[in-house]
Parts: sequence; C-alpha cells; structure tokens
Amino acid sequence: MSSKSKPLFSSSLGKKLIMSLTGLFLCSFLVIHLIGNLQLFKNDEGYAFNNYAYFMTHFAPIKVVSYLLYASIIIHAVYALILTTKNKAARPIGYNQSAGNENSKWNSRNMGILGTIILVFLATHMQNFWYQYKFGTTPYIEYNTEVATGNRQTISSDELPATYDGVKIFENNGVETVQTKDLYKQVAYTFQNPFIVLLYVVAMAALAFHLIHGFQSAFQTIGFNHRRYIGFVKSVGIWVFGVIIPIAFAAMPLYFFFKGL
Amino acid sequence: MNLTLKVWRQKNDKSTGQFVTIQANNIADDMSFLEMLDIVNDDLTRKGEDPIYFDHDCREGICGMCSLVINGRPHGPNQGTTTCQLHMRSFHDGQTIVIEPWRAAAFPVLKDLAVDRTAFDRIQQAGGYVNVNTGGVPDANAIPIPKRIADEAFESATCIGCGACVAACKNASAMLFVSAKVSQFALLPQGQTERYERAQAMVDQMDAEGFGNCTNTGACEAECPVGIKLTNIARLNREYLTAKIFRQEDVHA
Repeated sequence: MSSKSKPLFSSSLGKKLIMSLTGLFLCSFLVIHLIGNLQLFKNDEGYAFNNYAYFMTHFAPIKVVSYLLYASIIIHAVYALILTTKNKAARPIGYNQSAGNENSKWNSRNMGILGTIILVFLATHMQNFWYQYKFGTTPYIEYNTEVATGNRQTISSDELPATYDGVKIFENNGVETVQTKDLYKQVAYTFQNPFIVLLYVVAMAALAFHLIHGFQSAFQTIGFNHRRYIGFVKSVGIWVFGVIIPIAFAAMPLYFFFKGL
Repeated sequence: MNLTLKVWRQKNDKSTGQFVTIQANNIADDMSFLEMLDIVNDDLTRKGEDPIYFDHDCREGICGMCSLVINGRPHGPNQGTTTCQLHMRSFHDGQTIVIEPWRAAAFPVLKDLAVDRTAFDRIQQAGGYVNVNTGGVPDANAIPIPKRIADEAFESATCIGCGACVAACKNASAMLFVSAKVSQFALLPQGQTERYERAQAMVDQMDAEGFGNCTNTGACEAECPVGIKLTNIARLNREYLTAKIFRQEDVHA
C-alpha cells in the first residue's frame, strides 16, 4: 500500500465533505431566518419585524456570520459545478434506455436543477430586500409607543423630513420612539407583484425537494449513519426541512399578496 | 416466444458503435438471458455473421463476470439477480429488449457488450488486501470476532465486483464497490494494521480511474445483484475522513 496519499480536498470525498458542511450550515441558517421572519405575520405595522431587521444588520457577530453565509452559498454552488463536471465526464456515452424512478428518486438525481432554481431565487431575493434595504429606496417609519399603556402611533415616510437618515431608538417622557427603515412596507409592496410571488412559491417547492434529499445525504457524506439516530435525521430532513420550513416561507408572499388584494 | 433485440454493436475499443436490431426467434421461457443470447449467436454464426460479444463465466451468479444493461436496468428488471440468473419468463412475446454495455469512462467498451473492468482490479491492488507474514497455520478461532461483526463483514465481502453499481449510478461512481471492499477489512481484526492507509489508497485509485462522485441517490443499492448496502458507503466516508483528519498515515513521510 502506498503511504503517500493525495490531499483531502483534491479527492472526491473531500469535495463532497465541503458540499455536506456548507449545505448543513445553510440548513441551520434557514431555521434562524424562518423564526425571525415569522414576525411578518404580526399585525403591528411592522414594529417587531423592522426592529429585528435593524438588529440583524447592525449587530457585529451577525455580520460575521452573514459573510460566512454568503461564502457558503458561493462555495456550495461552485463545488456543485466542479463535481457535476466530473460526473458528466465519468459517463461520456449515455444510455439509450434509463431506469428512471425504478432505482432512485427524481429529486436525488436532479439536485443541480433544483439548486439552480434556488440560486436564481436567491439572486432575486437579495435584490428585492437586501439591496433595497442597504442601498435602495426603502422608506422610513417612526413608531411612538407609550411605555405605560403600549399605545403606538406611527409616522410614515411621506410625513417625515426629506433629509431624514437616522435610525434611532430613544425614550422621552414615557414615550419610546423608534425610527427605522420600513422593510415591512418594502415586503408588503414587493409581494403585490404576482410574478415575484409565483417565483417565491416555486423556489420553495424546489427547496423542499432539494432538502428532502440533501439533508440526509449530507449526513451520509460525513459518514453519520448510526442506526439509533439516523431515523431521526431522516424524519427531520423530510418533515422539518422538506415540509414545515418551505411551506412557512411560501406562506409569507402569499399572505401579503392576498392581504393586499 | 419471439423477441426483437436492439443490441449495441461495436467492433473494438477504437471504433464508435451503434444499435443493431436482431430478431430472436423460438426462445423458451426457462432459458436464461445469456442462453437466449447463445441461441441468437448460433443463428448469427450459421449466417456467417459476427456473433454478439458479451462477458460471462460461471452462469450461477457468483463470479461477477456477466453484465449488460437490459431496458435501462443493470442485470435486467429483477432485483438481486445477475444477468445469468435472469430468465426469459421475465419478458413477454413480441417485446423489444434494448441491450447496452456498462457505460462509464472508467469501463471502456472492448467489443459489443463487453467492457474493460480492470479499473476495479487496480483499485483492489491499491489496498484491497491484508499483508500477512507467512508462517505456521494459525489455530481456528485464535482471534475472537463477534458474530454480528463477522456477519457484517461477510455481507460486505459478498460483493462480486460486477460493476452494476457503476452502471446504475447517474454519475458512474464506484463508491458502492470501493466501500464494500474497504468495509470487509475495516470491520475485522486482521484488517486493522492497514485500515486507514487502505481507505486512502483505494479512494485515491478510484478517483484516478475517472469514476464520478457519489450523490447518494441509492441507485447502486437498488441494482446490486448481491444486496450490498448504502451503509457501506457511509462507512467508507467515515474511514476516509477519519484517516485524513485524525490519523493520516503519511505525516512522517
């Protein structure tokens, strides 16, 4: 046996390890992203959601994690491309007849197509909200809440001064004032467009099928298949990442679309 | 019964092949698929044509020599059988059967339906063995092995190396084969000395042969004629990553 072996990441298994770890990291992000965004369903003119958006964009550790996240998305996509190129080269002449669903599931064979739909969605999603929030024309809003009674008054952007650029939270005479960008209104506005709503719903369906295979596949790739826990891992992959999370995300554009009708 | 065969015909490894339609007449239900091809070849030989070239040896499902992708399924439509164990009763009169060789860059077609599977031999030679210093015959049961471990290793060792896993995989990945060969030694005491070197050497050779990457579709397990399980692939991943991350053998080299 040769005692000189190739470096980990030049091997097929090392590249698959990268796919697995970045994929699982992205899965963990989905959970956090969903929990935060559930605040969109609160009927408070976006008070909770806008405060949350402010926190997520200004808290330093979150920023570090967000750059890790962007890197993971890019690495996951780039390695998918590298691995797929190798896979295509491994069978230069295809079959005349193929077994299709007789020996494997459709989604397990088409992770690349599902991933591409998700990538297109991500680009749109970042443009719709991330770019608009950071560099775009997201309006401002001011909330004045009486701390004692909880009564809240809002002043929307057209009533605020034109030079307004502050994002502040302060308390004065028992009234808490929050001035922030109104991402909630941006969300409500964006989801009036039926094509964007359709893209979001289709992308969530693609995400569901991607994760039903991908979540358990990631554990197989890192070699985790302990008989006692693998059943749990597989059900989490199907029910949490394949059903609950995509449906909850898809409900958001649908909620705003039908609310605005 | 009478059948229409669409067979891949290719003169040699240099030429490009194509499908040729051949009639198979008066085929009995109880013939094996290979016997059916024998009958067809008799006809072709009598007509002075080149018989269909295909791999076969033991014809009882243990040698791993027969291959053939039949209507898109390696070893045909039945589960847990090799092509030689497939009988014509699995087909019906007048059916068209498409017969193709294993398709993989690492398994070049030699002639018609026979492919060169020496890539598997080279993977085996890279680490699929145990170095033993010869000497006296050891006592039976001198090394205690729990029954369930022995059974698991035996299950992995039943791999006949036919290559159906590669043929079935959409990426032409050899992971099921390599994982079975690594597993049978990783589980047993005799394999421990070279355990991590073996996993690395065999994976390196697998990559060098040009097989694709595993995407865990499970097609290999579904088509394996001897029932090698995907748990072997998880074990190979574990062996290899453990070797690389925690116990790389060549750190002192």
